[in-house]
Formats: sequence, C-alpha cells, structure tokens
Amino acid sequence: MELTERRAGKTVVLAPAGRIDMATADQFRERLIPLISSAAAGGESVVLDFSGVDYISSAGLRVLMLAAKEARSSGGKIAVAALQPLVNEIFQISRFDKVVACHVGVNDAVAAVSAPA
Amino acid sequence: MSINVRFWGTRGSIPAALTAKALRVKLVDALVAASGRDLDTPEKASAFADTLPFATSHTFGGNSSCIELRSEGAGRVLLDMGSGARAAAGDALRELKGVPGEFHVFQSHLHWDHIMGFPFFTPAYIPGHKITIYGCHAELEHAFRRQQAQPSFPVDFSVMAAKIEFVVLEPLRTYEIAGYRVTPKPQVHGGDSYGYRFERDGKAVIYSTDSEHKVEDAEETRKFIDFFHDADLVIFDAMYSLADTVSVKEDWGHSSNVVGVELCQLAQAKHLVLFHHEPAYDDATIERVWRETQRLEEITREEHPVTVTAAYDGLEITL
Repeated sequence: MELTERRAGKTVVLAPAGRIDMATADQFRERLIPLISSAAAGGESVVLDFSGVDYISSAGLRVLMLAAKEARSSGGKIAVAALQPLVNEIFQISRFDKVVACHVGVNDAVAAVSAPA
Repeated sequence: MSINVRFWGTRGSIPAALTAKALRVKLVDALVAASGRDLDTPEKASAFADTLPFATSHTFGGNSSCIELRSEGAGRVLLDMGSGARAAAGDALRELKGVPGEFHVFQSHLHWDHIMGFPFFTPAYIPGHKITIYGCHAELEHAFRRQQAQPSFPVDFSVMAAKIEFVVLEPLRTYEIAGYRVTPKPQVHGGDSYGYRFERDGKAVIYSTDSEHKVEDAEETRKFIDFFHDADLVIFDAMYSLADTVSVKEDWGHSSNVVGVELCQLAQAKHLVLFHHEPAYDDATIERVWRETQRLEEITREEHPVTVTAAYDGLEITL
C-alpha cells in the first residue's frame, strides 16, 4: 500500500492510500510504527491524512491503536484527518473515534497536535 | 428439514434483569408516542406497539447463554446451560406432557454463566429423562458436579434422577449427534472455549460465543472464515466495541460487532446474530449497537448481503 510523507512545520503528515484490510494491515504497520517512533524521537507530532483511504478493517484499526500507543509512550501526539464518509462511519461504529482524535481537515489536525499541551 | 433456533438466554457474563426504572422509561416513551392516537382496542394498541423502537416495545432480556435447536426428526439440542436453561426446561416439559425426553447439551466452555442454569433444569431431576452433555474440556463433568456441591447449592448433583452422561469431544473432529453433523472448534478465551458448527440437510448453524479474535492473526482469521463458510446462521460473541477489544479489554476473551460483520462477509455467511450482550448495556444501547451493525454491513457490503439481528430472550429464527 502507498504511504506518502510530508512535513508541516513540526508535524509529520502521513498519507496512506487505498484499502487497509487483512491483506495490507501488516504492511501498514511495518511502515507506520517506525515513522511514529522517529517522529516522536525528533519531537514531532504525526497527522494521518486519511483522504486517500477507501476502507479500513479491524486489522487496520488495530494498527492505529498500536500507533496511538507508540506515540503516547514516546511522548508524541497523533491525530487522524480527512476521513472519507464511509471510513468515518467505520470509526464511529467501532468506537475508534474515541481512541484517536479525528479532525475534519488536515490543517485542523496539524493545528491541534501543534498546540501546547 | 428446517432448523428452528430458539434463544432462551442471550446475555453475557451474568444475568441482568430489566429494572423497574428502565421499564418506566419504556412506558413513558410509549405513552408519549401514543398521544392523540385512537388505541381503544388491544389490536390497535398491538399494531401501534409494532411501530415503536424495539428497545421501547421489547427488552433484549437478561438470561445468560442458552439456545435450542429443533428440527423434525432430530434430537433436542441445547447450546450451553446458562440461566436461560430454566425457561427451556419448562417449555420442553410442557411439550413432552410427561413422556421422558432426551436432551443433547453442547457446552462452549465451563464458566459459571454457561453452566448456572443446570441446577434449575427440571428434567434433570425426573427419572426417565436422558441428558447427554458434550464439551471439549476434560473437566466437563467435574464442573457440573462442583457447582452443586456444598456450600454452593442445596441439592447435590447426585440427587438428580435423570440419566446424565458426559461426553468429551475432540476439537476439529466431526461427529454425528442427534441428527446433526457437529464440529467443535477451539477459540481464544480464558480457560479455552469451543465454537460449534451444526449441519443438517444442507443447513449450517454456527455457535461461536466467548471467543476473542486476534485480528492481527491472519492465519487464525482464515480458520474462522473456513469454519463459518456459507453458514445460514452465525451466533457471534459481540459483547464489546472493536476499540475496547484491542485496548482496555484486550485478552478478556470476547469479540465485537465489527469483527462479526467482517468474518460473515468473508465467509459468505447469510445471517449474523449478535449475542452475549454486555450486562451493563441497557436495551437502548443494545438496539443502537444492532442498528449500527446493520449500517456497517450495508456500507461495507461488496456483493454478498448478511442479515444482522441482535439476539433477545425469546427470539426464534427458522432456517
């Protein structure tokens, strides 16, 4: 699966694309977790731009849980932004909207994770 | 032959009775909704009640796990002996009208909420009835005898006058029992649990409760997809939200509505029944989870539709 990376100030914006399901969740985890760790080590926060994600399964959501735990344990911040309507509903039904902060737009998310605690 | 599935107990972990306060909320909601309507006959009132939300007009019930399978020409099958077994016993005795009956009981596991109904399973006290209890735990007989030992229960197991036998099954082996092909499957749960696949005349019913699914384990997920494959009915432990099962309630041994939908879609199962409801949930919360699960199935459906039902005490489904 694709995962592009860019920077917005002290925030790393990661943009996965396509389906995150049983077939791609391991790949997503292998790419995402090291990026979360290195961002936290560098004092950077992470925003996941989900505008290109068409679907996420339970296996993909679990990777997000691991990412949130990794960010928290490293003292970093993580947020998700720009969920497509279907993915947004999956977040709500699975209660993952209570696990990871979800924002309408990427800029909103960047502003939120950049704000002092 | 059709298979009739009767749900006598659908609550997880511990029985949970409807409270007077909760009943009053339903009554007030119904009266407000009825305001200004002409409901002066039982027929009109009943028809109006059908238009109310399920959580207003019904309750999901509070007995712990017990399900019955009926099929013409097949034996009487019960799945788990939770507190719902008391009502199942009463129904069976009314139907048998004094004629000795034969019961085949399949145990998912031996935790208390799944065996607590047996001391109240009246046929066990009546000479002439025969009860065979199947399970995959070596401690099967011990668990049933122990719960009736002093000081936990006033009537010792040895007082039960029916012919009671215990049969330990081998997981993943298929048996012919009571007119069904029965296959037990190991599941992840504290102390282990077992799901069952029952097949008869081209119909398949899966009973998979108290089962945690490690969604990161693709190989184990594929085994469950095979086990559920093409099933007409999947009775599934949907006790918690997905977020809870992979965080604060990880390793608690239960699953979620989201994983139930995914597995049924991948297995091309026809009907998912949400089961083993969280005892802390009120009827409105269970109905909300049910409607959300129906919505999830709808928005993630590719070609194969899956009917989604929330189990309640008294539900009957005929396949």
